[in-house]
Amino acid sequence: MEISKHYFDTVIIGSGLAGCRAAIECIGNGSVAVLSKLYPTRSHSTAAQGGIGAALGNEEEDSPEWHTYDTVKGSDFLGDQDAIEIMCYDAIPTIIELEHMGVPFSRTPEGKIAQRRFGGHTREFGKAPVRRACYSADRTGHAVLFALYEQCQLKGVKFFQEFQVLDIVVENEAVQGIIAINIKDGSIHVFEAKAVIVASGGYGKIFKVTSNAYASTGECLSMLFRQGLPLEDMEFFQFHPTGLYGLGILITEGARGEGGILINSKGERFMERYAPTIKDLAPRDMVSRAILTEIREGRGIDGKDYVYLDLRHVDKKILEERLPEITTFCKIYMGIDPSEAPIPIVPTAHYAMGGIPTDIDGRVLKDVDGSTVYGLYAAGECACVSVHGANRLGCNSLLDTVVFGRRAGKSASSNLRTATKGRVTKERIQIIVDCINMIKNSNGRESVGSVRKDLQTAMMDKCSVFRIEEELKTLLEEIKQLKERYKEISIKDKSNRFNTELLDALELGHMLTLAEAITASALQRTESRGAHYREDYPERDDENWLKHTFAFLTDKGINFKFKPVKITRFKPEERKY
Amino acid sequence: MEKYYTFRIKRYLPEENPSERWDEFRIKLNSMERVLDGLVKIKETKDGTLTFRKSCAHGVCGSCAMKINGKNKLACQSLVKDLPELIVIEPLPSLPVIKDLVVDMTMFFEKNDKVLPYLINEEPPPERERIQSPQDQHKILESITCIMCGSCTTSCPVFWANKNYLGPSALLKAFRFIFDTRDRATDERLARITGENGIWRCHSIFNCVEVCPKEIDVTKHILKLKRLAVKKGFTGGEK
Repeated sequence: MEISKHYFDTVIIGSGLAGCRAAIECIGNGSVAVLSKLYPTRSHSTAAQGGIGAALGNEEEDSPEWHTYDTVKGSDFLGDQDAIEIMCYDAIPTIIELEHMGVPFSRTPEGKIAQRRFGGHTREFGKAPVRRACYSADRTGHAVLFALYEQCQLKGVKFFQEFQVLDIVVENEAVQGIIAINIKDGSIHVFEAKAVIVASGGYGKIFKVTSNAYASTGECLSMLFRQGLPLEDMEFFQFHPTGLYGLGILITEGARGEGGILINSKGERFMERYAPTIKDLAPRDMVSRAILTEIREGRGIDGKDYVYLDLRHVDKKILEERLPEITTFCKIYMGIDPSEAPIPIVPTAHYAMGGIPTDIDGRVLKDVDGSTVYGLYAAGECACVSVHGANRLGCNSLLDTVVFGRRAGKSASSNLRTATKGRVTKERIQIIVDCINMIKNSNGRESVGSVRKDLQTAMMDKCSVFRIEEELKTLLEEIKQLKERYKEISIKDKSNRFNTELLDALELGHMLTLAEAITASALQRTESRGAHYREDYPERDDENWLKHTFAFLTDKGINFKFKPVKITRFKPEERKY
Repeated sequence: MEKYYTFRIKRYLPEENPSERWDEFRIKLNSMERVLDGLVKIKETKDGTLTFRKSCAHGVCGSCAMKINGKNKLACQSLVKDLPELIVIEPLPSLPVIKDLVVDMTMFFEKNDKVLPYLINEEPPPERERIQSPQDQHKILESITCIMCGSCTTSCPVFWANKNYLGPSALLKAFRFIFDTRDRATDERLARITGENGIWRCHSIFNCVEVCPKEIDVTKHILKLKRLAVKKGFTGGEK
């Protein structure tokens, strides 16, 4: 097999918002390569719709302090407050910088960046919703991603398109580089580096119904986990309340920000019962639980398993100007015009709060004591700083990617001068080559499609919005069986060129590893907090569980350690909206 | 409601002999499913070698553009219920094929790079955002929705005949910056798009408009560029 070697001072995995923003920070300070398994602008950041949060105060009074409070409360007090404060105060210069880079934000009549309401964002510590989400119609992710990618092009960042990472090499407590496959011809490429920034995005494809792209499979997290590095707070996975029924396609929270309401079979605006103050703009974990509770109690539309998002009363001009994309989705996929008919929706797997633990400068933690892996950084959805804690607020994810993508890039760059070049050994490369050959030569009877489907269904059924011990235990057993079946996987495509069946098979192995980490983390946390709701432990338990979960893969299975939550200004209180 | 469909797919597997053929697959799909769901189902259950690009699956990433029953479309945006029982699928035309429905888009992206596809403004930035009226922002509203799927350029007969033509997608990108009130490089861009392979090659055939999955009126944008070029004296031919 053909193997090419490359050297770059910094290698960035992923070309979404976090990866591109990190690259911009790194480019002046050494050579930079960005790898993407897609063409860069196809990264899933492009699908973000509603907005990016910052207390600009363009539409009404706002403050970064209120933003900080909302984010802490939204996180169900599991977010680290030092990191949250950095993000919310940095938000303002960050958005201004994005505007200067060319992001085509929607505008207020005075020509400033337009802002709208979003779930959980309030004024004066919870009094009423506030307009904080800066948006470009309902294509904000697309607008920001293009601008960042364009700036990378302007500055001469080298992109390796359709290169998929097969291994991130961590040896002797330091990152050495990565091993990747050029999808176009199947050749293996080794990138040695002083610094590696993982910005590989989320892993929603582990669940059957998701707003996530096919590419969101999470293999980079699994690669680190399998090397003994921890994954933090994996039990916290966000289900977005409004996915198109039957498809999971996202309908932005901005739809409710612009006045949309949720209704059940009785025509009742049921969120009034669950969150009397901010109603339909409650945080996503609460709204998703409310929707599923309505359905469980028989108030789904026509007794079925969905409710309505009603936009019929929203000014048609607002739909056209501020929500054109979701209006089109409804027309194309459901055959309905949201100005005339309510939209059937159900929660959809959307965002991973958990991930690769990092400090506030993107350095990857190797343990709960704060020690780090030399040269290894992570940012964006794959990382866990943690600014989102147990539940992320809408429009804080884009903000997280840009703020912490920049910080990771900055800290990686500042260490280049003293850092040593990594070295990837022949043995390590051989393991990857052997693995590829093993899959290609396998005569097993299992197919990628069937194991993947069973995994996605099992995760959806037993580890989504409502969880309970018995089911989680069953799920762990099922994952074990799926892992056995995975060993019997064979593929029909034996070719080198654009072998997506091979890549699917490799991704699936990692998805199984991550599914186990999520499920085991969910099983051990015997409380309910944010997106992690245990029916057998329905209360939040600050006395025992106000702490981050660190899952480690050992020879004896998954072990857990815990890291205290960083609490600065806001003491945990009852979470009411 | 489920129904059987026949997917007739143009195959190109360069490591096989012969490398080109047509395959037919008969599969059952429900009325909500899309051509992309059909392709995924075929790959999962009938032929793992079938190769195509995909990612977001709801028309925002631009990965899965292909020719479906003779017209460039996104597979993830084409509901099977709106198509006849026989669905004929080919790769995007006029680009080199890598494998099956995957084309080499290098040439397409390189055209984009030629129009300086980034905001250029070297004036010191203000402390806050640059002010832009909603009316001014609306001028670029349509052009910023482009997802670079390649449907337009590969449907353009001028591009078929002359691979050096910048094509609708790159010209739309030029428009996006030229008409952005914050940009300061109009003249440089006009110089780049008014040469012999630029805007004057567009004969308003409207194929690009017909196929654009985001319903962008690309030709209208090119016409506006032509008007501006004439007004500013970039009448072409010199480059």
